[in-house]
Amino acid sequence: MIEAINLRRTYQTTTGVVRRKRLDVEAVRGISFSVDQGELFGLLGPNGAGKTTTIKMLITLLLPTSGQARVLGHDVVDDAREVRKRIGYVFGGDRGLYERLSAYDNLRYFAELYGVSGHRQRQRIDEVLELVGLKGREKERVEGYSRGMRQRLHIARGILHDPEVVFLDEPTIGVDPVGARDLRQMIADLITVGKTVLLTTHYMFEADALCDRIAVIAKGEIVGQGTPAELKGNVAGGRVTEIEVFGVDEATVVRLRGVGGVSAVTVEEQDQKQLLIVQTTGERELTQPLLAELDGVEVGRVASREPTLEDAYVALVTAE
Amino acid sequence: MRSLRVLGLAWLLHVKMMSRSAFDGAMAVIWPLFYATVAFFMFRTGHGSSSLGPIGLAAAVMGIWTATSVPASSALQRERWSGTLELLVVAPRHLALILLPITLAASTIGLYCVAGTLLWARVLFGIHVTIIHPLFFVLGLVGTVLTIAALGFLMAVSFVGSRRAWAIGAALEYPIWLVCGFLVPVSLLPGWAHPFSWALGPTWGMRAIREAAYGGAPLGSLLLCVGLAGVYLALGVLVLRVVLDSARKRATLSLA
Repeated sequence: MIEAINLRRTYQTTTGVVRRKRLDVEAVRGISFSVDQGELFGLLGPNGAGKTTTIKMLITLLLPTSGQARVLGHDVVDDAREVRKRIGYVFGGDRGLYERLSAYDNLRYFAELYGVSGHRQRQRIDEVLELVGLKGREKERVEGYSRGMRQRLHIARGILHDPEVVFLDEPTIGVDPVGARDLRQMIADLITVGKTVLLTTHYMFEADALCDRIAVIAKGEIVGQGTPAELKGNVAGGRVTEIEVFGVDEATVVRLRGVGGVSAVTVEEQDQKQLLIVQTTGERELTQPLLAELDGVEVGRVASREPTLEDAYVALVTAE
Repeated sequence: MRSLRVLGLAWLLHVKMMSRSAFDGAMAVIWPLFYATVAFFMFRTGHGSSSLGPIGLAAAVMGIWTATSVPASSALQRERWSGTLELLVVAPRHLALILLPITLAASTIGLYCVAGTLLWARVLFGIHVTIIHPLFFVLGLVGTVLTIAALGFLMAVSFVGSRRAWAIGAALEYPIWLVCGFLVPVSLLPGWAHPFSWALGPTWGMRAIREAAYGGAPLGSLLLCVGLAGVYLALGVLVLRVVLDSARKRATLSLA
């Protein structure tokens, strides 16, 4: 359904005022992946990794610098119009709606633009309003909508013309936990009605719960790809030790990275304390050697657990 | 047929949006009346009351242009700020069909200026505009709205790359009044300015309205007015194609 082959995108930017210098920035560096029919495929990566650029090439908003991409068999460069007819695009955030119009008018407008036939429009708008839980609120102006309601309206707009493929670019960003849970359920429902979905998100639990397969992008390249279980399994088949510390310095963290069997150490700042997340390879118990390296540092809680998708993600994007 | 539906619905919804802003609404009421008042006082002092009728009509058409120039030139910029531009571009419809109703809605809102200004002239200055050819007068107004909307469309797609698109529209407001002969006849302008006047549809729209109101043969002016609207649309579609191709290559579509 979606196929990206060695897709590459370079931006040109300039620096300086008097001596202007042109720079080429490689946002996407030759990525390849494919998404099957009815699959929910996730693109994960830190800010600036190239997720949105990839989506924008696939939905025909940007031309690839090189490489090829096809959606439902149509080339995104040569056959942009055919691609556009068959896809839905939803992004997260407050923008992308006409504030002074009601939700119903917004949907009526986009129904017309996306080719929903006149006699089908009313019925289809009612269907999507029901699906996203906005039935009864559709006559209100969007400017009075909450963030979650806007995002639901975005999804309604994206699927209004019944597209076969839906691109969701961080659809739950900034939505409160309950609203985000409802949105995730809506996304899961899209798969049950036969849609193919490409989702980008920062939230690991979201990707873990929703995605059939995931590609992790870092610095414009795919650094890992597979099912959530496969990615978790790639965390060296080992365990994760979490150590709460107070005032650990960089030198100590470097020493911890040097302990045999340690594959990655990340530091998470938590108010007055830090949480050291240590990923270990193999089955060897490393708590004692780790604590030995922390001699002189105040240590709090120590816990050992199975790796999560977030651990796999961190290991992939921080790997040199 | 489907294209007409898109044009019709988009026009209706944009008129709805534009008429819902209290600030824009207040400005749309005040500014044309202000311009008309200035014009009436100037011409009453200089020419007596005999020329006030044509000036009343001119002030009305100035209002249509004023209502259109800034919203049209910044139309794409506003869509970009509201995050809807990319959604419009990825829609399977031709973007021209989506953008034209925006400028058409702005010039339709400008029609209020005609009614408001003529009423203002009657109540405050006692000016009665007698229309000799009412049908041509209405057609002249419609043609003027169309040509101004089409000119606005050409401006909208031409200025999309500029972060100061609205300022360009504002800067063009007064020159168009002058060059199109709204306030002073085109024949009084220097010779080099005449080709610009003739190439601008509002010049012929204004002439058709005057000829319909005061006697004459407005058909020729009307046809030129509508014909130029067609030229602007065709040019706008070509410019739009270049702009979109460039935006896809240079990734400038979502830049604020």
